[in-house]
Amino acid sequence: MAHMEFSSGGAPSSGGGELYASRVKIYPKEAHGRFRTIKWIVMAVTLGIYYLLPWLRWDRGPYVPDQAVLVDLPARRFYFFFLEIWPQEFYFITGLLVLAALALFLVTSIAGRVWCGYTCPQTVWTDLMIAVERFWQGDRNARLRLDKTPWAFESLWRKGITHLTWLLIAIATGGAWVFYFADAPTLAKQLVTFNAPMIAYLFIGLFTLTTYVLGGLAREQVCNYMCPWPRIQGAMFDRDSLLISYRTWRGEPHGPHKAGETWEGRGDCIDCRQCVAVCPAGIDIRDGAQHECIQCALCIDACDEIMDKVGRPRGLIAYDTIRNLDAGVEEGTPLRLFRSRVLFYAGAIALVGSIMLVALLIRPVLEVNVLHDRNPLYVNLSDGGVRNGYEVKLLNKQYVPRAFKIGVDGLQGAKVQIIGHEGGVVPVPPDSMQAVKLYVTLDKEGVGALTGQATPFKLVVTDIADGTQTEHDATFQGPPKGGTAK
Amino acid sequence: MAKENAKTSGNVETTGHSWDGIAELNNPLPKWWLYTFYATIIWAIGYWIVYPAWPTVSSYTKGYFGYSQRERVSEDLARSQAEKAVFRDKIAAADLEAIKADPELFNFALAGGAAAFGDNCAPCHGRGAQGAAGYPNLRDDAWLWGGTLDAIHQTIQYGIRAEDDQTRMSQMPAFGKLGMLKSNQISDTAEYVMSLSGNANDEEAAARGKEIFATNCAACHGPDGIGNQALGAPNLTDQLWLYGGDKATIVETIANSRAGMMPAWAGRLDPATVKELAIYVHSLGGGQ
Repeated sequence: MAHMEFSSGGAPSSGGGELYASRVKIYPKEAHGRFRTIKWIVMAVTLGIYYLLPWLRWDRGPYVPDQAVLVDLPARRFYFFFLEIWPQEFYFITGLLVLAALALFLVTSIAGRVWCGYTCPQTVWTDLMIAVERFWQGDRNARLRLDKTPWAFESLWRKGITHLTWLLIAIATGGAWVFYFADAPTLAKQLVTFNAPMIAYLFIGLFTLTTYVLGGLAREQVCNYMCPWPRIQGAMFDRDSLLISYRTWRGEPHGPHKAGETWEGRGDCIDCRQCVAVCPAGIDIRDGAQHECIQCALCIDACDEIMDKVGRPRGLIAYDTIRNLDAGVEEGTPLRLFRSRVLFYAGAIALVGSIMLVALLIRPVLEVNVLHDRNPLYVNLSDGGVRNGYEVKLLNKQYVPRAFKIGVDGLQGAKVQIIGHEGGVVPVPPDSMQAVKLYVTLDKEGVGALTGQATPFKLVVTDIADGTQTEHDATFQGPPKGGTAK
Repeated sequence: MAKENAKTSGNVETTGHSWDGIAELNNPLPKWWLYTFYATIIWAIGYWIVYPAWPTVSSYTKGYFGYSQRERVSEDLARSQAEKAVFRDKIAAADLEAIKADPELFNFALAGGAAAFGDNCAPCHGRGAQGAAGYPNLRDDAWLWGGTLDAIHQTIQYGIRAEDDQTRMSQMPAFGKLGMLKSNQISDTAEYVMSLSGNANDEEAAARGKEIFATNCAACHGPDGIGNQALGAPNLTDQLWLYGGDKATIVETIANSRAGMMPAWAGRLDPATVKELAIYVHSLGGGQ
C-alpha cells in the first residue's frame, strides 16, 4: 500500500491555509464505449427499481397490504415480498445491513470502488443530472462557452430549463420515496388531490431538496467532503485489487504525437486530455490512484477511443492491479481471487447469510409471551387454594385469523380461566397480537402437593384449526412452604 | 510585558494581559459569527411580536399569534375526551353484561377501569387490588357484599356504611364493649369461630362457644357460620380473614366489633367510570 499515491487531483489547494477550497466547476464531456453503455444500463435498472418497486403488488390475502415492499410505520410492520418483519424481529434488517456492508467490502477488495462508480445513488443521480444538463446546454465545449458568455437570453433559458428539469426529477425522486411508506395507489390519489398527510408532502419536499442539491449542484463534492467511504476504501485495496489505472509504463514519456511520427522511444499517451475531460470528478487519472476517483471507468472509454484513432492498442487506461502495474506488463499475474481478505469477506457473507436463512426458516408463525402478575404474586382463596394471574400475549404472524386454546401442563389439578373468553378459546386477528388475562387456580389439595414456593410449569397453546401445540414456560407462585400465618 | 509572538506582532493587538509570557490576542470576532448574532437579535424582535413575551403590571403581552400552552393542553385534553366519549357514551348506556359481551367495549372498560382504580381505589385496596388487613382483597373469591357484576357495581356506586341513602349498611354489635358478653364467653366464642374453619385449639371451649354463637351470632352469620352477603356478614368457615384469623384478633373483633367503610363513588365519578371500575374489579379473578 505504501507506494499508492493519494494526491488531491481536482481540488486545487489554495495555499493560503484556508479550510475550504472553492469549487472548481467541472464540465464532464460525454464518453462513448463499453463502460458508458454499462453505466446507462445500470442507471436504467437502478432508477427503474427505485421508482417502480412501490407499485409492485404481492398478494398476501385479504387482511394485510398487498404492496410488495412496504414500511408500514403505524402498524409497525415491514413487508418485503415473502418476508414480513415485526418490530422485535429487527435483527433481520441488521443482518441485511451487515450483509450489505460485507458485500461492499468484498467487491471493493476484488475490483475497487464498483459501488461508487456504478450503483451509488449519488453517482446514478449525478449522472442523470449531467445528462440533463448536456441535453439542454450541449456537451463540454458548449457549456464552457455558455458559462463564459455574459448573461443573455440563450444562457438564461438553457440554464433555467436545466434547473427546472432537475427539480422535476427531484420531485419525482422525493415522490417515489413516500410510496414505500404507504399504499402507493391510495397515496398517489391523495397526493394529487391534496388530501395526503402533511408528513408526505414534507418528506417529498425534503428529498426533492436533497436530490436537487446533492445530485444537481453538489455532485462530486458529496463524494469528496461528505462521504466517508472514499477514505475507508484505502484499507480495502491491496496489490491484487482491480483498480482503474493509467499504465505509466506504457504511456510515459507522454507528449503530443503527429500522424506518421514514429512511436519509438516515447509513450502511448498523446496528452489529448480526453480522460480529464470526461471525468465527473475532474481529476487526472494519470496522477495515480486518488480519493476523488469514483472509478466510473469513463476515462477508459475516452482513452480507448483515442487509442483506436491513433492506431495504438486499447488499454492505456484500464482495470489493472498494482502488482501488474509495478511489473510493467499487461498480461502479468492473473487476477488472484483466492486471497485471504477475499476469502474472509466471502466466508463472513456465507456465515451471516446462512444464519439469517436459518432464522428465517425457523421463524415461528405464533409467538407467545407469558408475563406473571407481579402484584400480587399469588392470591389465597377461601377454600385454601391459590390463584395466579398472567398476561398472555399471542402474536399471530399468519395472514389468516386463528383461534387458540390455552391449557396447563405440569400442574396437577390446575384450572384455567381466561377473562373475556370464558369458553377457553382465544381468537387472534390475522397478523396481530392479542393480549388476554389468564388465571390459573389450584385447590387446597393442589397447593398441598406443591413442593416449593415457585413451581415451573408449561402453558400449552393449541391451534384450534390444525391442533398444533406449542409449550411456553411459566411459573406458579404459592405461599411459602413450611406453614403460613393465617 | 510579554515577549510578543513574531507571527502576530504588528497586525493583531493584544488585550494587554499576559501570564507567564503568554499574551492574550485581541482578534476580532469572525464575520459569520457576528452576522449570525445580529440575525438572532432581529429574530428575537420578531419573537416578541408574535409570541407572548413581556410581563405587564397585571398580565403579559399576548403576541400576534395568541399562542398559549395552557390552551394547547386544554385542546389536547378535550380532543382525547371527545375520542373517548364515543365509547364512554356507549358504556354509560349499556348494561354491564352487554359491555362484557362486546369485546371492544370490554377492552375499553378494562383499560379505563384500571386507570380509575389506580387513581381512586388503590390507596385502600392496594395497587394490585390485593387488599390489606381491614381492606378486602378484590382478587380472591370471598365477597362480603357479593361478587357478581351487579353487586360490585352497587357497592362502588353507593359505598359501604357511607353517607348515601342507598349505601350498604349493617352493624355488628361490640359484644364486649356493650357488656353483652363476658370476656370468657368471648374467648369461647372465638374458639368456636376458629373451629368453623378447622383451626380450633380447645375443643371444650369451642363446644361452649357454640351455644353463645347460636344465640348471638347466627342471626347474621348464619347457623353454620357461612355468612350472609345481604348483610355483609363474612363467611366464617373459609380460610380467608379480613382482619386476621388468630385468636387475639377474633376476640378483639367480637369485643369491639368491626365496621369498615367505603365511600360512595356515584357522586364523585361519572356513571361510565363507575361501570368501568365494576368491569375491571370483576375481571381480577374473583368475579362471579
